[in-house]
Amino acid sequence: MIPAAFDYHRPASLDDAVKLLAQYGDEARVVAGGHSLIPMMKLRLAQPGHLVDLQDIAALKGIKDTGAGFEIGAMTTQREIIQSAALTAACPILKEAAEQIADPQIRYCGTLGGNVANGDPGNDMPAIMLALDAVYLAKGPAGTRELKARDFYESAYATKLKEGEILTTIRIPKPPAGHGSAYVKQKRKIGDYATAAAAVVLTMSGGKCASAAVSLTNVGDTALFAAAAGAALVGSSLDQAAIDKAVQAAVGIAQPSKDTRGPVDFRKSVAGVMVRRAIEAAAKRAR
Amino acid sequence: MSAADGTSVQERTDKLEGLGCKRKRVEDARFTQGKGKYVDDMKLPGMVFGDFVRSPYGHARIKKIDKSKALALPGVKAVLTADDLKPLNLHYMPTLAGDVQAVLAVDKVLFQGQEVAFVVATDRYIAADAVELIEVEYEDLPCVIDPLKAMDKDAPVLRHDLEGKTEGAHGARRHHNHIFTWEVGDAAATDKALGSAEVVAKEFLSYQRVHPCPLETCGCVASMDKINSHLTVWGTFQAPHAVRTVASLISGIPEHKIRIVSPDIGGGFGNKVGVYPGYICSIVASIVLGVPVKWIEDRIENLTATAFARDYHMTGEIAATKDGRITALKCHVVADHGAFDACADPTKFPAGFFNICTGSYDIPTAFLSVDGVYTNKAPGGVAYRCSFRVTEASYFIERMIDVLARKLNMDPAEVRRKNFIRKEQFPYKSALGWEYDSGDYDTAFDKALAAVDYKGLRAEQKKNREDFAAGKTRSLMGIGIAFFTEIVGAGPVKNCDILGLGMFDSCEIRIHPTGSAIARLGTISQGQGHATTFAQILATEIGLPASMITVEEGDTDTAPYGLGTYGSRSTPVAGAATAMAGRKIRAKAQMIAAYLLEVHDSDLEWDVDRFQVKGAPDRFKTMQEIAFAAYNKAIPGIEPGLEAVSYYDPPNMTYPFGAYICVADIDVDTGVTAIRRFYALDDCGTRINPMIIEGQVHGGLTEALAIAMGQEIAYDENGNVSGGSLLDFFLPTAVETPAWETDFTVTPSPHHPIGAKGVGESPNVGGVSAFSNAVCDAFAHLGLTHTQMPHDHWRVWKTAQKLGLVE
Repeated sequence: MIPAAFDYHRPASLDDAVKLLAQYGDEARVVAGGHSLIPMMKLRLAQPGHLVDLQDIAALKGIKDTGAGFEIGAMTTQREIIQSAALTAACPILKEAAEQIADPQIRYCGTLGGNVANGDPGNDMPAIMLALDAVYLAKGPAGTRELKARDFYESAYATKLKEGEILTTIRIPKPPAGHGSAYVKQKRKIGDYATAAAAVVLTMSGGKCASAAVSLTNVGDTALFAAAAGAALVGSSLDQAAIDKAVQAAVGIAQPSKDTRGPVDFRKSVAGVMVRRAIEAAAKRAR
Repeated sequence: MSAADGTSVQERTDKLEGLGCKRKRVEDARFTQGKGKYVDDMKLPGMVFGDFVRSPYGHARIKKIDKSKALALPGVKAVLTADDLKPLNLHYMPTLAGDVQAVLAVDKVLFQGQEVAFVVATDRYIAADAVELIEVEYEDLPCVIDPLKAMDKDAPVLRHDLEGKTEGAHGARRHHNHIFTWEVGDAAATDKALGSAEVVAKEFLSYQRVHPCPLETCGCVASMDKINSHLTVWGTFQAPHAVRTVASLISGIPEHKIRIVSPDIGGGFGNKVGVYPGYICSIVASIVLGVPVKWIEDRIENLTATAFARDYHMTGEIAATKDGRITALKCHVVADHGAFDACADPTKFPAGFFNICTGSYDIPTAFLSVDGVYTNKAPGGVAYRCSFRVTEASYFIERMIDVLARKLNMDPAEVRRKNFIRKEQFPYKSALGWEYDSGDYDTAFDKALAAVDYKGLRAEQKKNREDFAAGKTRSLMGIGIAFFTEIVGAGPVKNCDILGLGMFDSCEIRIHPTGSAIARLGTISQGQGHATTFAQILATEIGLPASMITVEEGDTDTAPYGLGTYGSRSTPVAGAATAMAGRKIRAKAQMIAAYLLEVHDSDLEWDVDRFQVKGAPDRFKTMQEIAFAAYNKAIPGIEPGLEAVSYYDPPNMTYPFGAYICVADIDVDTGVTAIRRFYALDDCGTRINPMIIEGQVHGGLTEALAIAMGQEIAYDENGNVSGGSLLDFFLPTAVETPAWETDFTVTPSPHHPIGAKGVGESPNVGGVSAFSNAVCDAFAHLGLTHTQMPHDHWRVWKTAQKLGLVE
């Protein structure tokens, strides 16, 4: 549990951080809250020569209400998300998910940006971003570009983020008022990754489901957006048959691997149970 | 009644904070402020750091070790391999179980994580870098993982060093992977009883490999003073004196030139009883380099390479009459000891005290056989918060009782009650050779059942099952009962020793002139609160306030010889020594008081904190006055001073017991088990400090929860270990831990000076089967008799799946 030697950089501005990444290329890694990268370094599974710590960059912090949505700085911590009344009022699934990440001490350090940018299929926030149709802003030497969360994840630890780019902002559209949402996660203990977890965001109109987004955590090599599951709900009254269909569609794309959490059939089955419970909870909360 | 100085007996008793007082732990002032002094807090001038190259393979031949690149790294002081230790004859070390263990791998590695080379460098980081630079070439060999297949004819040979050795430390070896066979009881009578029984229940119970996982990992600082040829080792040792003797025997350094110090220890739970390669390598490196060497394990090393616990695979047969009277018990165990037999048991007990497996029941005939086998796993087999395999034994009998109850279609509480050893049967001689000292099981059981409204719970469960069948709920309710009897306080020297060292313990007391005192013991607290509780024993014995008594342990240069702390032996053995030393003090004090009061010894009586003249209580001398007189009066025929030493060899073990009841709700769709309620009644004899007892019970139950519901050190067929980090190894936090309800009865031990029996391990011993029984009980109406631990989500779900409850 002793990391290899590295140089530590603590730039005060985003431009300086981007410059450092350009200078050191694939030798450099940015570190946000450090709760994924530092353990990997202690196990020597990651041995970056240069660590670029983003914590002094004020521009990467804070939650801004833009009317249509929120712009959340990548270095905003999970605790700050939990504490934000505005965010919770408009988009309660963020708080619900953040509260299921690790423990309070880690939530003081762990950041939203780090959680979504690392590409770890066990992280909880990517599935939330898929369900909310979030957009990530990435800044690199060539400027800033927008990346849809639903296109962002390629495979475990591999994302659309290019070498030298820093994920700076998460842009979340406000779900319609009266929407219902839920994030239901099964884990073995505090601090564990999900055996399976499901996020659901849906709206109801005249007793019928008007829109629905369903996503899954840790049952594939990325967070999974279950488009067909959402489609199965739209137009229905969220009756058992529709929910069954959605569950079936979601489980259909789950490809968990066998691990200490359990064998494949169990984890798939749990994914289905999580989806079902998330739909039921979201339906209850929708107006 | 008021004494002459106007204070009541109650006031004077309260002031002592002696037996029965909920005295706050004196240790906590430093622990809660982060001011404890642990071995890793040690910093000595010139100190260097050790780190291990460990095997990535479960079984492989070492073809070549190239340490040149590591040696070339600036800051690297030395790299040791088995070849360097061979000339010193230190490449193997003796284990506590009569086997030998490779200090550094000799020719082969036998488990993943085995120590292959020891690097010493000027700082911790350089040492870790050097580990990466050592190139080891391996040739992979087939592994033995399943202990039930270890003695197959064609199983690979693991221990080439034992080739041709047909006699082991515990008798004949009949296979190259066989360690010992241990048999107790009457095989013929048991078979006969089984053959003619009205009912026989049989089950295979597998108690998985787990790990004590103390929060502080193992480590040491070894410092060889070459000028005075004096070796000092500070380390995480549960038995410092035994370490000193063993270190002397192995190294040839005279024992008076070795000092072993156990500083504050962050939990042991059996993990810190044994001797590990890290200690030997640190000592050797310090001798070679002439500077202090520190070695501290990380979490993964602790979980994967130091002593595990359990890994017992038990086949039970229990015979009974149709109305539930047990007539015989048979048990066969395959014990997986890993690559070396490094079990920590008294020498004559290769399977510890597993023969307590007849439990709390009057079973006329029994037979036990245990086969110890080698596999490609880490060595160990320690008593994880239990007395030498007692947790395994308790799990075995408490699960078997439930299995029998199913077969008889009887309530498991009823089967227990029907077979309890009755109060009037104590001292009770068990079929497998123990003499239980005291017990009142019926009283404790009645109290427990009433406390939880057992009948009400069963009625609620009946309704729950109806609702489940009707599709109204997907949750099943389980009720788990355990009525355990422990055997602790090892032990009588006539049958208990470790490496030939009798398992007595000791206490030395010095009373200072002003009436305060220091007591030193041969035990060592790892969180048990000895500094608090032993002072309480003494306070009551000698009449000085506990707050005036310092308790010191762990430094072999100052403490009297003792065998250390594990197996709930501190209170039964060292606690008894403390009381006996206190009584020696009191006896001398009585003579001094008689001189001061100008009466005959026999005219005095003891009263809380003083000797007073019989019939004239206004004529008295307090212990404090007596202490002063001991140092300033020339008393004819009495030596000055007030000191005593006692070495206590217990006449018998003590037998704490308890009734535990667990209520669980299982979500069959997810396999998640919620512990709704857990009631624990403990009878540990005389209660020294009820608050510390409660804390011990809380801690032990939390460990029992962890073991039953999730802990597992598992190996795949290639010898790769999983569960080797806290990501996977289940260490419950406050969130996963239910609220514990504690209760008690008091049945003193008749042979212990103060009647205390020990409690530290009871909750682990009794708790595991209560959880497991609750899980099995939830599915019992569907025909389930047993399902293997740990009852983690996926295994419970698989059980539900097999019963057709989920797809």
